[in-house]
Amino acid sequence: MLIESRLVDGVRQLVVGGDWVAAASAELAVAVAGCEVSGERVCLDGSGLGALDLTGAWFLRRLEGRFAAAGIACDWRAARPAALTFTYTLFEADGSAPPLPLAPRATANGPLGLVGRWTVSRGGDAHDALEFLGRIYYVLGGAFLRPSRLRGNSVIRHVYETGLQAVPIVALIAFLISVIVAYIGAQELRQFGGDIFVVDLVTVSVLRELGVLLTAIIVAGRSGSAFAAEIGVMRLNEEVDALRAIGLNIVEVLVVPRVLGLIIALPLLTVLADAMGLAGGAVLSWLLLDIPFNQFLSRMQDAMAPTTFWAGLLKAPVFAFVIAMVGTFRGIQVRDSSRELGRLTTVAVVESIFLVLFVDAVFAIVYWEFDF
Amino acid sequence: MPASEHLPLSVRVSGLVNCFGPQVVHDGLDMDVRRGEVFGIVGGSGSGKSVLLRSILGLQRPKAGSVEIDGRDLTALHGAELRQVKRGYGVTFQHGALFSALTVAQNIQLPILETCTLPADVLDGLADLKVRLVGLPSEAGAKFPSQLSGGMVKRAALARALALDPPLLFLDEPTAGLDPIAAAGFDELLLFLQRTLRLTVVMVTHDLDTIYRTCNRVGVIVDRRMITGTIEEIESHDHPWIREYFHGARGRVVRRT
Repeated sequence: MLIESRLVDGVRQLVVGGDWVAAASAELAVAVAGCEVSGERVCLDGSGLGALDLTGAWFLRRLEGRFAAAGIACDWRAARPAALTFTYTLFEADGSAPPLPLAPRATANGPLGLVGRWTVSRGGDAHDALEFLGRIYYVLGGAFLRPSRLRGNSVIRHVYETGLQAVPIVALIAFLISVIVAYIGAQELRQFGGDIFVVDLVTVSVLRELGVLLTAIIVAGRSGSAFAAEIGVMRLNEEVDALRAIGLNIVEVLVVPRVLGLIIALPLLTVLADAMGLAGGAVLSWLLLDIPFNQFLSRMQDAMAPTTFWAGLLKAPVFAFVIAMVGTFRGIQVRDSSRELGRLTTVAVVESIFLVLFVDAVFAIVYWEFDF
Repeated sequence: MPASEHLPLSVRVSGLVNCFGPQVVHDGLDMDVRRGEVFGIVGGSGSGKSVLLRSILGLQRPKAGSVEIDGRDLTALHGAELRQVKRGYGVTFQHGALFSALTVAQNIQLPILETCTLPADVLDGLADLKVRLVGLPSEAGAKFPSQLSGGMVKRAALARALALDPPLLFLDEPTAGLDPIAAAGFDELLLFLQRTLRLTVVMVTHDLDTIYRTCNRVGVIVDRRMITGTIEEIESHDHPWIREYFHGARGRVVRRT
């Protein structure tokens, strides 16, 4: 029994007993909150107390506080326990009142406030992104005058990490997606006796859209997140500040090599994805539709306009620029906490995939207008 | 201190062996810490102070030897029993290791919430108590670690280590990176808490000032073993590294004061 209440000569006595320690916090909180507050005076008796640590003393203080708040005189039968006296010195040393919950900052809530805050934050983001873009162009422009500023080794490292190391996953996914497209196409076209048009379907869709789009999405997930996380951790470790303090331009050191690396790597990956996609279509056509390879090849050449291959490949460097810029931009925004790092890495991937699809739509319209 | 020899042991490390590949860090290291004393672990860079602390805390399995805290062998315990022993001590890390996504108050509440559920006002009150206990202003509770100065981070880390009122405290370089005044303030705080709360403190430190101000006994890691004694005993030890450490230029300055 932590608190026992009894009446002695008309005066209420509260006998506290047992161990008032941190391990018993839950029970102590219940006991203190459940203690009846009534009468004019209360006498506390701590003679039965077992162990008492600082947490326990805080609960005793809280018990006293409940009586004090109700205007009930409260005294101890014997001396106050030492740990309790200690909490008094702690709280009264600076003369400040016991804990006050911090008032939340006044903010405009409701739908209007929400829209307003969202708009302001988006506006700030857009402003920062534009400034960032400007810095990248500035460094790239400067590199025309002094090519050594491009940091070749760093660029090569990023081509290796974002390009060469992504070869297996890009090849596999391009092959499988193309097999799926060919399979579904074959099922539909067979009804009209147009088996051979599966070749057209695979060729045009892989070369114009699927090859480059899938590659860009895989790279956004793989490398966009890596850019954001790597630079984000560098920010948390103050490595970015160290670079600045040494007098280096962080856009030049951290951002441009990644942008250039990806601009080189993504078109190469796209060519690979195109080749693997066509191979997947050819294999399925042969197995399912009995179209031999040489017939597939000649039909493929008929289906292709001179621009088909370039229409896809042209998009690759643009996608690469978008992915690398979003990843590095979000990485540099990380500050203060590990949670920010996770949040901004997620934002980087989601935004770069969205932007890739958006830019792809713009390309589709432009190609349509120019009949490319 | 002859009186303390009768006190029961709090931490006992015996025959500890740690090695990384061919590199042997500890070779039969023994260490005894008695209840209620402040024990300083000293050693050159790379002598294995942090590895020793990590072995004691159970963050690293030693190759051989045993680590006992209050008579219970940590290397033989698992699951719930190990968790129970771990609740009996608090730890601060060299760089604070405060959770950066949580406020100071939430950092302190995290270990409390792991043991029991409490109403929000009780949690806030307990966090505030610990914040004041380590000499931080009450408002510091609502701040995030990135908003604190180096000295405040060390104090906040101490507050989190004390969240469950443990009788035993491990500190890794508690005053590293603090200016001498802040370091002296931290030492005083530590001594004050150690006396009022009757703590046992084991600390790894490089700071001679801290050793002279706070430690009852010192253990020096040399040649993969530990030489233990009071400061006077260690000062007069004739091992070359210890002589250089306590009688070198910096040691003389501290001793004179």
